[in-house]
Amino acid sequence: MTATLQSPRTPSRSRSARGVLLATLALGFGIPFLLFSAILVLSPLSKPELLGAVVQGLGRLLGAEWDPSGWSVTAQLALYGVSVAVLGFILLNFGAVVSGMTVWWEMRVSSRMQSRVGYNRVGAGGFFQWVADAVKLLFKEDLVPADADQILFRAAPYFVLVGFALTFVALPFGESLIAADLNVGIFYLVSVTALVVVGILLAGWSSNSKWALFGGMRSAAQVVSYEIPAGLAILVPVLMAGSLSMQEIIRQQGAWPWQWFVFTNPIGVLAFLVFFVSQLAEGNRTPFDLPEAESELVAGYLSEYSSFRFALYFLVEFGNLWVMAAVAVTLFLGGWQVPFAGPEVFAAARGPAGALPGLGWWGLQVVSMAIFSAKTLFVLNLIVWVRWTLPRIRVDQMMDLCWKYLVPGAFAAFVFTLLWQILVARVPRAALASGVVLTVVAAAVAVVFLRQTWRNIKLVAGDRVDLTNW
Amino acid sequence: MEKLILRRVDRSGEEMILNFGPQHPSTHGVINFIVETDGEVLKKAVPDVGYLHRSLEKIGEIVGYPGFMPFTDRVDYVAAMFANEGYAVAVERLLKLEVPPRAQWLRAVSCELTRIASHLISVGTMAMDIGAFTPMLHGVRERETINDLIEALCGSRLTYNYHRIGGVAFDMPEEWRDKVLRFLDHFDTFLQEFDRLISFNEIYIRRLANVAVITGEQAIDYGLVGPNLRASGVDWDLRRDMPYGAYPSFKFGVPVGKGFFGVSGDCFDRYYVRILEMAESSKIVRQALESMPDGETMAKVPRNIKPEPGEAISRIESARGEMAYYVVSDGTNKAYRVRVRAGSFTAMGIIEDISPGLMVADLVALIASLDVVAPEIDR
Amino acid sequence: MTTDQIHERLKARFGDDVGPLSEAKIDPFAVVKRERIVEVCRFLKSEPGLELDFLEDLTAIDWPKRNVIEIVYHLASYKQRHLIVLKVETDRASPSLDSVESVWKTANWFEREVYDLFGVLFAGHPDLRRILLPDDWVGHPLRKDYQEAGGWHGITNVRENPLVELKRLDDKARAEAQPRPAAEKPPEPPAPGGQA
Repeated sequence: MTATLQSPRTPSRSRSARGVLLATLALGFGIPFLLFSAILVLSPLSKPELLGAVVQGLGRLLGAEWDPSGWSVTAQLALYGVSVAVLGFILLNFGAVVSGMTVWWEMRVSSRMQSRVGYNRVGAGGFFQWVADAVKLLFKEDLVPADADQILFRAAPYFVLVGFALTFVALPFGESLIAADLNVGIFYLVSVTALVVVGILLAGWSSNSKWALFGGMRSAAQVVSYEIPAGLAILVPVLMAGSLSMQEIIRQQGAWPWQWFVFTNPIGVLAFLVFFVSQLAEGNRTPFDLPEAESELVAGYLSEYSSFRFALYFLVEFGNLWVMAAVAVTLFLGGWQVPFAGPEVFAAARGPAGALPGLGWWGLQVVSMAIFSAKTLFVLNLIVWVRWTLPRIRVDQMMDLCWKYLVPGAFAAFVFTLLWQILVARVPRAALASGVVLTVVAAAVAVVFLRQTWRNIKLVAGDRVDLTNW
Repeated sequence: MEKLILRRVDRSGEEMILNFGPQHPSTHGVINFIVETDGEVLKKAVPDVGYLHRSLEKIGEIVGYPGFMPFTDRVDYVAAMFANEGYAVAVERLLKLEVPPRAQWLRAVSCELTRIASHLISVGTMAMDIGAFTPMLHGVRERETINDLIEALCGSRLTYNYHRIGGVAFDMPEEWRDKVLRFLDHFDTFLQEFDRLISFNEIYIRRLANVAVITGEQAIDYGLVGPNLRASGVDWDLRRDMPYGAYPSFKFGVPVGKGFFGVSGDCFDRYYVRILEMAESSKIVRQALESMPDGETMAKVPRNIKPEPGEAISRIESARGEMAYYVVSDGTNKAYRVRVRAGSFTAMGIIEDISPGLMVADLVALIASLDVVAPEIDR
Repeated sequence: MTTDQIHERLKARFGDDVGPLSEAKIDPFAVVKRERIVEVCRFLKSEPGLELDFLEDLTAIDWPKRNVIEIVYHLASYKQRHLIVLKVETDRASPSLDSVESVWKTANWFEREVYDLFGVLFAGHPDLRRILLPDDWVGHPLRKDYQEAGGWHGITNVRENPLVELKRLDDKARAEAQPRPAAEKPPEPPAPGGQA
């Protein structure tokens, strides 16, 4: 009699692995798709002009005659309020989900860089690890140290969360896909992110722990110092665009690299670098992560937090990557500009004002959103890459860098831009010339970089690039 | 301990007294520092050791000569071969035992491989303490291969119990030599990649160069040994200057810190000397494998080891410096006194006097660059 | 120089305060009078030609039969590449000695360890306190007559032999699982004490 062992690859096992993969793909693409489409649909439609047309259209669908322009002011305001509330809710969710997915992406990238396998248990490629972590954090005990300042300790995470959530209002996802096209858009962003400092300081101080206090002090010094070069660097594209509004800054750029602000101004590269470094510092990212320097301060200002409050800090830190990248893309890298589709194309597709736009316009919006997201993800990847490559700099070196190098550099960039703008006003070709030259230089640098990378990989005997183990 | 410091502190100003440890995220073991800071700048950092004291020296008086060998692994579990070798050499001197050449060569090979593994941990954790997480994992990946090789050799990845009194426990397996040589081919190029990744990184150099400088006289006076001593400019290596075992047959360089990017004796020198030492160890392993003599791996050792009354000291160049075993015998089969002198113990002693004026981040760099492991300090 | 030559220089300088060089079993050593140890060390460190600038090890051995605690000094020189071993005998009842910390700073921690584990007091040491054991530990463990106190702050270091303990718990569980007639003897009390 032969007793056959069941083969380890039983059909049920491989089927469930495939099931997991499908579920991961479905949710991994589905949730962002849902959120993006919600933003796509709701952002333009929650503006007062189009809201009326939407309600009318809805009414026609249901066979009723609804004309919001004839309603009382209160009713119109209520309608506007509801639509804006829904959009805000969607944006908040978007922030949370993008934060979680950034965690996943960062952990996968870092594991590849470190020759590790990385997350691979919860979902295909470990995609749902962030969900598992969030759930775990929710179930943890919510400890508030007895000696901590009771009110401030509990309030601090919310400052940070508010400072993070409010930025999504002014992020330009697409040509008309912005929750509120404030005419002081970038100024609003800078001021709202300053709330995060308040949250960090409160966290550090109210924890009543020396290590937390250390971290809070360091972080406050860092973020406040780096606001200066960031602000100065932001002034460069503002000067070039002539406006503080996010959409206007993007409209003044073009879709092609030689039309981006980072290239059309010879000093744009410097301004971009100063801005990039300052954003890293404001987001407490390595090489500027002294406030959370693990090997020195355990978790810095977060040491005493647990459970959901910790989750909020975590969420904000990773969600900030998206915000940082989005702002960098907006200011310097051309935003959502679509190649071959200038403002006339958008206007033509728009149709008459007051009526719902046609499908062509929606299609263009999708393209612009896709371009924006792609560029943002690229810059986000840069930030993640820098984190896992560079060591941390020391507090006094960080202050040196800010005040001795970045601030003068940003000032120089600002003054140069003033003069450059005068030149461009006289000689409009100068901007294009600078753009083309710098694009060619950037392309050359990229090619050299990639070639050197390939050579470095070849140099280590026995190493190979291994993309299995997903 | 804190009470002692508090008495001496002037309570004006913004001084804080903090406990740095004993639970460190940095993997130097269980050590505590009582740190008195004024803002970011330290006034004093007093080490508080003893959390890992396992009374190994007392155990040495109980378990008998061969029985103590596994305990020596635990003296320094990051580079355990050296501890094994030190004890074996001390007892062999007491017994006036001649170790066969093949065993000595095997000792050299296993020790040098362990030196590479230990230095990988050292530079890796140092990079991690400075904030770069990736080099640690690259180093640990290489160390995994070494662990696998040594596991093929002696069955164990961390606490080897490989060197025995009179020789080594096992011979090389088949094809082990080829595997080691293949690993070394890879490793030599890996070191260059590691250098490109972190050693010459501007931020890393700024963090380490000219930080916590220990001059040569200070190093000798405070009893620093090994790479710490060499980084301070003192050209001394037991393997070359007072050789033992198979080392007279090998040609290798001894890297000395000459202020690669700063002053001789700063943290970067201590780091870079270790990187260079790994390259030298790789050369030694190659030479040893090539010139490995045939023969037995173990001398004729009596069943019941009962040396004549006397005492002997053995000095070994371990990964952390000069490790000395001082064994006193009273004629019975149990040692009368076993004393382990390890390099990390005196390295801790210097921290208190070097620390005033450093910043907290520099203290981390200093501790990491001295490559202390808690089991050696506390035994 | 060889150890003999160093010893001759020492003898020439200090006469009878330095004992004769012992037989080489395996390492020879010389016993120094405890009052002169600091001067001897200073001489050895600073004398040109000797320059023993490295205190390799400072440890102690407890000889209850001879009623001494020997403090052993292993000295080495980087420049001259020679070594010597010195010993100082201290009275076991109240061992005390001058500290050589002023000669080599290394001695600071070594002497603290000897104090901690053997109870030898070093006069002139800037900071003589326990190093490996907690500050409130009683006793000096490396002495041959050290008795373990059985615990520290309520943490005991004596426990029942696990095999005996498991057997006892097994028997108890088995006894409780079966229905007991009224006349049965109660189970045996557990065997006292632990045996490592």
